[in-house]
Amino acid sequence: MELHQLTIHALRDKLRTGEVNAVAVTESVFRRIDAVEDRVHAYIALMRDEALRSAAEADRRIEAGDNEDLCGIPVALKDVLCTAGFRTTSGSRMLRDFVPPYDATAVEALKRAGAVFVGKANMDEFAMGSSTETSWFGVTRNPWDLGRTPGGSSGGAAAAVAADECIASLGSDTGGSIRQPAALCGVVGMKPTYGRVSRFGLIAFASSLDQIGPLTKDVEDCAIMMNAICAHDPKDSTSAKIDVPDYKTFLDRDISGWNVGIPKEYFAEGLDPDVLEAVKRAIGVIEDAGARCVEVTLPHTDYCVAVYCIVSTAEAGSNLARYDGIRYGYRAENVRDLLEVYEKSRSEGFGAEVKRRIMLGTYALSSGYYDAYYKKASQVRARIKEDFAKAFRRCDVILTPTSPTPAFLLGEKINDPLQMYLSDIYTISANLAGIPGISVPCGFSSGGLPIGVQFLAGPFDEGKLMQIAHAYERLAAIERRRPAL
Amino acid sequence: MTINKKEIEYIAQLAHLKFSPREVEAFTSDLNDILSYIDKLNQVDTIGVEPMNHAMDMTNAFREDVVTPSLTNEASLANAPETHGGSFQVPKIIE
Repeated sequence: MELHQLTIHALRDKLRTGEVNAVAVTESVFRRIDAVEDRVHAYIALMRDEALRSAAEADRRIEAGDNEDLCGIPVALKDVLCTAGFRTTSGSRMLRDFVPPYDATAVEALKRAGAVFVGKANMDEFAMGSSTETSWFGVTRNPWDLGRTPGGSSGGAAAAVAADECIASLGSDTGGSIRQPAALCGVVGMKPTYGRVSRFGLIAFASSLDQIGPLTKDVEDCAIMMNAICAHDPKDSTSAKIDVPDYKTFLDRDISGWNVGIPKEYFAEGLDPDVLEAVKRAIGVIEDAGARCVEVTLPHTDYCVAVYCIVSTAEAGSNLARYDGIRYGYRAENVRDLLEVYEKSRSEGFGAEVKRRIMLGTYALSSGYYDAYYKKASQVRARIKEDFAKAFRRCDVILTPTSPTPAFLLGEKINDPLQMYLSDIYTISANLAGIPGISVPCGFSSGGLPIGVQFLAGPFDEGKLMQIAHAYERLAAIERRRPAL
Repeated sequence: MTINKKEIEYIAQLAHLKFSPREVEAFTSDLNDILSYIDKLNQVDTIGVEPMNHAMDMTNAFREDVVTPSLTNEASLANAPETHGGSFQVPKIIE
């Protein structure tokens, strides 16, 4: 195998023994990028020079006895994460020239651990989308089928891992934006509990839903990335002051005797037969491991997308009010007065999907409609959270499909906003309830496209997710195919 | 509930966005599709349910009131389209 094909833990072992060095690993990743990036377009910008410099620095650290798992590992960052001195666009024309004065806390944590940043990964504009088609910088293509979407909004971060254009990546998940592309690209993706990872330096979309998380080639790598990025941060007042366990200690553990909840609402109409088949096989593997699968009910599932449409757009409308063409971001030319600076800069700087969501959110919060929309949605959100609390009294974790279908065609849903929102139907609930979720590859469709199974747990129970996902990955022994690029 | 073109123009004004007549047309139809889907929320009985505005139960995050390092004036202005004398510059507001 080539170096860029390896996992974090495999490379770490080779780096420690001196079998390879970080510069060689980074060069291998860039050779791969040079070979496939023109077809995949996973990145908005590459950090070639910076990467080779930090790889050399990592080699000095390793030589001096550094034991960090991530030291010298090439990692991609979704372009929604601020990088000090390096352009960060959030996939938008609005921020096409924005150079952050500081690093996001999660970025800083990876840097401290010695990770080597390869580049800024493509994404839907302001993370609003499920296909990476709304990016101002062009679409990303699914490495498994270049005519299809990698999913979104972290489509570039998922495609880069699947195409071996990095070893792991960091994405963000507001309604499924890590887990859905992970499923569609055949990689592992985790959304941690709300508050587990600092959002400082994450360009805001919907502040009560956004969470940063890793996309990796396997579950052990996911644990390694989580160990690096989870911590309380005084710079994010919503980050949790709860101890972070060593997630690696949950690997290689038994799950016999566990109760695994199967919510019947997640196996309803609209689920692709190949996905159903693959997820059923996953249930079989979990049962063979000695866990008991129990039916649970999440009665408000059918309302999740509607609640999300209101809550996320209301928060987005407020968050994106900051883009006014004054302090940073795009400013329109030829304007006469201040109001025109605002209106023209925003109208030219934002794309159609972002405007659509700002409009919906502004409407939902406008005078006379607040109770009917935002308040109502927040009340139903409380019922959704309650559903999960009740379900987790009966089971340790919940198992569902990650996405109702494998990767859809580019262009298939882009002109039908509602159909696009419904592609996140199984992932949105975790963001609304604030709970953690992980998507793990569970096979392929008859057309050869990857399929993902999702595990959900109660707040701050990421360890349980590592445990079952790792047990599943080990026992299922899903065929290790690589996309034929 | 449905929304008409006049309301779309009013909401655009609130959001500081400007649309062409064709865009107004498209947004009116898109938003109406989404709003009619959202109507299903009215099927849920929420009488007496406390709205959930945060993902986690949280209280205030207090800290000591001490000065810590922050961005310099120069760094704060580095991304501004126009600056003047250490400040952000905007078009004249008062004639």
